[in-house]
Amino acid sequence: MKILVCIKQVPDMESRFRPNGEKTWYDESDLAFRMNEYDEYAVEQAVQLKEQLGGEPEITVLSIGPERTVEAIKKALAMGGDRAVHIRDDRYYQKDPWQIASMIASYAKGEGFDLIFTGMQSQDRGSAQVGVIVAELLGVSCATTLVGFSYDGGTITVKRELEGGIKGVAKLKLPALVTCQLGLNTPRYPTLPNIMKAKKKEIASLTAAELTGEAELTATAAIYPPAKKGGGLVLEGEIGAQVDRLMGILKEKTAVLR
Amino acid sequence: MKALLIGEYRQGKLLDTTYELKAFADRLGADSVMLLVGSDSELPKYDGTLYLADAAKYGEYNPDQHKQLVLQAVEKENPDCIVFVHSSYGWDLAPRVAVALKAGQVSEIVALNEGAYEVNACNAKLRRTVTPKSGRCVLTIQAGAFTPSGEPQGTPQPERLELSGTASAIEFVGYEAAEQKGVDLSKAEVIVSAGRGVGKKDNVPVIAALASALGGELGASRPVVDAGWVDHSHQVGTTGQTVSPKLYVACGISGAIQHLAGMKKADFIVAINKDKDAPIGEIADVLVVADVMQFVPAFTAKCAR
Repeated sequence: MKILVCIKQVPDMESRFRPNGEKTWYDESDLAFRMNEYDEYAVEQAVQLKEQLGGEPEITVLSIGPERTVEAIKKALAMGGDRAVHIRDDRYYQKDPWQIASMIASYAKGEGFDLIFTGMQSQDRGSAQVGVIVAELLGVSCATTLVGFSYDGGTITVKRELEGGIKGVAKLKLPALVTCQLGLNTPRYPTLPNIMKAKKKEIASLTAAELTGEAELTATAAIYPPAKKGGGLVLEGEIGAQVDRLMGILKEKTAVLR
Repeated sequence: MKALLIGEYRQGKLLDTTYELKAFADRLGADSVMLLVGSDSELPKYDGTLYLADAAKYGEYNPDQHKQLVLQAVEKENPDCIVFVHSSYGWDLAPRVAVALKAGQVSEIVALNEGAYEVNACNAKLRRTVTPKSGRCVLTIQAGAFTPSGEPQGTPQPERLELSGTASAIEFVGYEAAEQKGVDLSKAEVIVSAGRGVGKKDNVPVIAALASALGGELGASRPVVDAGWVDHSHQVGTTGQTVSPKLYVACGISGAIQHLAGMKKADFIVAINKDKDAPIGEIADVLVVADVMQFVPAFTAKCAR
């Protein structure tokens, strides 16, 4: 069995963000990057399936981005991926989901992957499109937003998370692509021996230009901090004073403290 | 401009979010027609053409066939845009339709801006204006961003849609009910919720102690539940419980839209967060900029006195 896991490297969402000079994306300086949280669940599920099948499947990790992306790739390899493909693209952020998905599909087309795992969305852009578009371009079946996954004899059973805590259960035959929701599993921390082992694993390098000539179908016209709606009162300063102020406000404005 | 609106139907019921699609089309100033894979007994209150396919035949989750049905309606109506709710149904189906039409898709629109669409980025800390470059486009709208101005009314003119074959690569097995709720947060007057900012599982009792000092219940955001720090029965948000207490205290919760959707109806909202720019600050009545693990114990001590 051949498995592909598509991952993205994104900034820590606790960071402060500001637009870049050309107002097309965020300024990357001072940001710490890590693997997109949703993708950690995708990697983990692939590795669990490999373990279930006695180590037979080969897991390829794919990521698109600049040089720094290699760090996220190495983490995925240390979690249990076998080999990786890094599609180098310094201007990845100017490509829309259609172009990103076209690059992935263009790579995957001749490779005969039986199963593809992706996160359900990226934490920075959050379009929730790329995985589904890849599946459509490859002509494989697809289910999104997985919080449950099992494999048995060429068929996968998935549990999709719906609104209000309800889940939808469906069966798909391979080849298939699934997108992973938070909570699908418990992503492992790479151990030191596995980090060392990952250093020896192959990371093939391709350039974006080799993979797509597709034009964008949507474009970012501008990026900016959202307008503050005024919001409420902001209490800063020393803890003791903050405690007293909040206590006063709650006594005045709510009936819960008297 | 003409919009094809894709209604939502689940477990035999029309979903209310369907009406947000009409509100969006109105804001856009677009004429609209609607498509629903649903049933005759649950027709939307909508004046206009309704392309209706039978959910008993084409399923509630059967994206391959639903895509074909949408494409049939596109063929008949030649719309400028096809609009979905950004929901588990919409974000699953919309890109399939977009690829078939080679149309650009703009996901989770929160506002309109002079003919372009506004969407969030980076946990709502930034906002993007996106313009489609394809002649026809696919749009998904954030649930709750475009609310109808009044009670929906109207009578649709149904037009039946049928597919010649019903083969599908996906076999829908059924629904699994939400987990039994150990705690009914919907009736709580005070809820104190823990978010990722509490740092670790061992710190959760500190938040629970404040809940108890205020005579309230412990709530939690999704990351905290996923990490196993707090049981799912305490989760507040789209996939947890929707609450409307008199006081909601969000401790170390950044304020993802899915969480806000579950608690924004609280009468009074206090957020404690060390990040002054956290989106929770947008809806909080009071934002205390502080380390949760320093502020909360001090405040609990004061309440207990």
